Amino acid sequence: MREIAYEEIVKNVRDIIVYSASNLPEDALNAMKEAYENEKSPVSKEVLKQLLKNADIASSEARPLCQDTGLAVFFVKIGADVKVVGGLLKDAINEGTEKGYVEGYLRASTCHPFTRANNKDTVGYNLPAIIHLDIVEGDKIDIEYAAKGGGSENVSRARVFPPAAGKQGVIDYVRECISDAGPNPCPPLTVGVGIGGTFEKAVISSKHALFRNIGSVNEDPEMAELEAVILKELNKLGIGTMGMGGTQTVLAVHIEANPCHIASLPVSVNVQCHSSRHTHITI
Amino acid sequence: MSKTYNLTTPLSDETISELKSGDIVYLNGIIYTARDAAHKKLVDLLDEGKELPFDLNGAIIYFVGPTPPKPGDPIGSAGPTTSYRMDSYSPRLIAEGLKGMIGKGKRNKDVTDACQKYKAVYFGATGGAGALLGKQIVSAEIIAYPELGPEAIRKLEVVDFPVTVINDSYGEDLYKIGRAQYEIK
Repeated sequence: MREIAYEEIVKNVRDIIVYSASNLPEDALNAMKEAYENEKSPVSKEVLKQLLKNADIASSEARPLCQDTGLAVFFVKIGADVKVVGGLLKDAINEGTEKGYVEGYLRASTCHPFTRANNKDTVGYNLPAIIHLDIVEGDKIDIEYAAKGGGSENVSRARVFPPAAGKQGVIDYVRECISDAGPNPCPPLTVGVGIGGTFEKAVISSKHALFRNIGSVNEDPEMAELEAVILKELNKLGIGTMGMGGTQTVLAVHIEANPCHIASLPVSVNVQCHSSRHTHITI
Repeated sequence: MSKTYNLTTPLSDETISELKSGDIVYLNGIIYTARDAAHKKLVDLLDEGKELPFDLNGAIIYFVGPTPPKPGDPIGSAGPTTSYRMDSYSPRLIAEGLKGMIGKGKRNKDVTDACQKYKAVYFGATGGAGALLGKQIVSAEIIAYPELGPEAIRKLEVVDFPVTVINDSYGEDLYKIGRAQYEIK
């Protein structure tokens, strides 16, 4: 049994939150540079240039890339041979989240669903973190983190189709979702598509799909092909960077597929903005 | 062909009439921040016949909830939030003298109709460029509703703050024009 101190988890979580707020990960930065090279619209190209400059300022001056520093979302895998000493894993992640948001001068974006009041204070409070936990083999803790902004979350959707809808049904649904969203979710986007499972499994899979590195290839060749088909369709929409019109609307489509009920074809579309702040660490 | 303007607030009807969808504008002077919660409070004040915390005549409202400033800075990162959430409130403010709004994303017909009727424009700032845009804000002061935290109303002084005209006072929409040029049916 490997012992991992509660405080070590707090510190790691705090550090990745502060770092991610100002530093676009390499995969997202490269995808934005590629979009800049490929964009045909001069207006969208100019906006992409502004966004690359923004990434440069954010990283060199340690300023948040975007004022929407998101809700903190974690996918955590804890090895069965790990014992957290000094407290609970979930508490450590929440404490690290609060520290990260307060000490990093990040925006408190969590509120009561109806009163809209921030439950603690006006600065830094961003709890509870959204935590998806799994137990796996081994003696490590694997943490995938993303700051999830509201604009892109607001255009996300899910639906359970009849099986007859098939692949074409999925393609049409994703196209409709991104077309309706237009400029609102801050394109160019990463589009996570959860297919199969139950209703909630599809939704969580579409979220997790956004954590995959842009440019990585789906391990399932059939899904890799479907990703390519959907990507091509979406880039015909003409939305462009921030909706100004252009050829580079979507940077990547990531699919996570699961076996499902014989009566159902659940599909979920979760959208990530161009500021795809995500990171992966192992303790 | 799009034009570039340097404008200082407050904006007059004459200035608004010159602006066309696609024009690039560098704003200088005072602008005010407000998001959903603050808009609701402003409209409630108007309904009650009470005075607003700032003069709407010729004013620009920026839809933004900035990050907290680091020590020594006037403000943190401060890019636009998605504007449709203010659609139910904006027409009322436009009717009362508001001349400009800064945000990102589509507006509904009520807003664009009000822009035509009362001469106002909707500007887009680059979403997700919060670090860059925050640097164009030289002073920030909370003037109402501090309890709303990031959603409090702030008086900002901006220098060469870059925006693009999305909806002008003639009913044009840059999002529609831009997309139509690149959409493959």
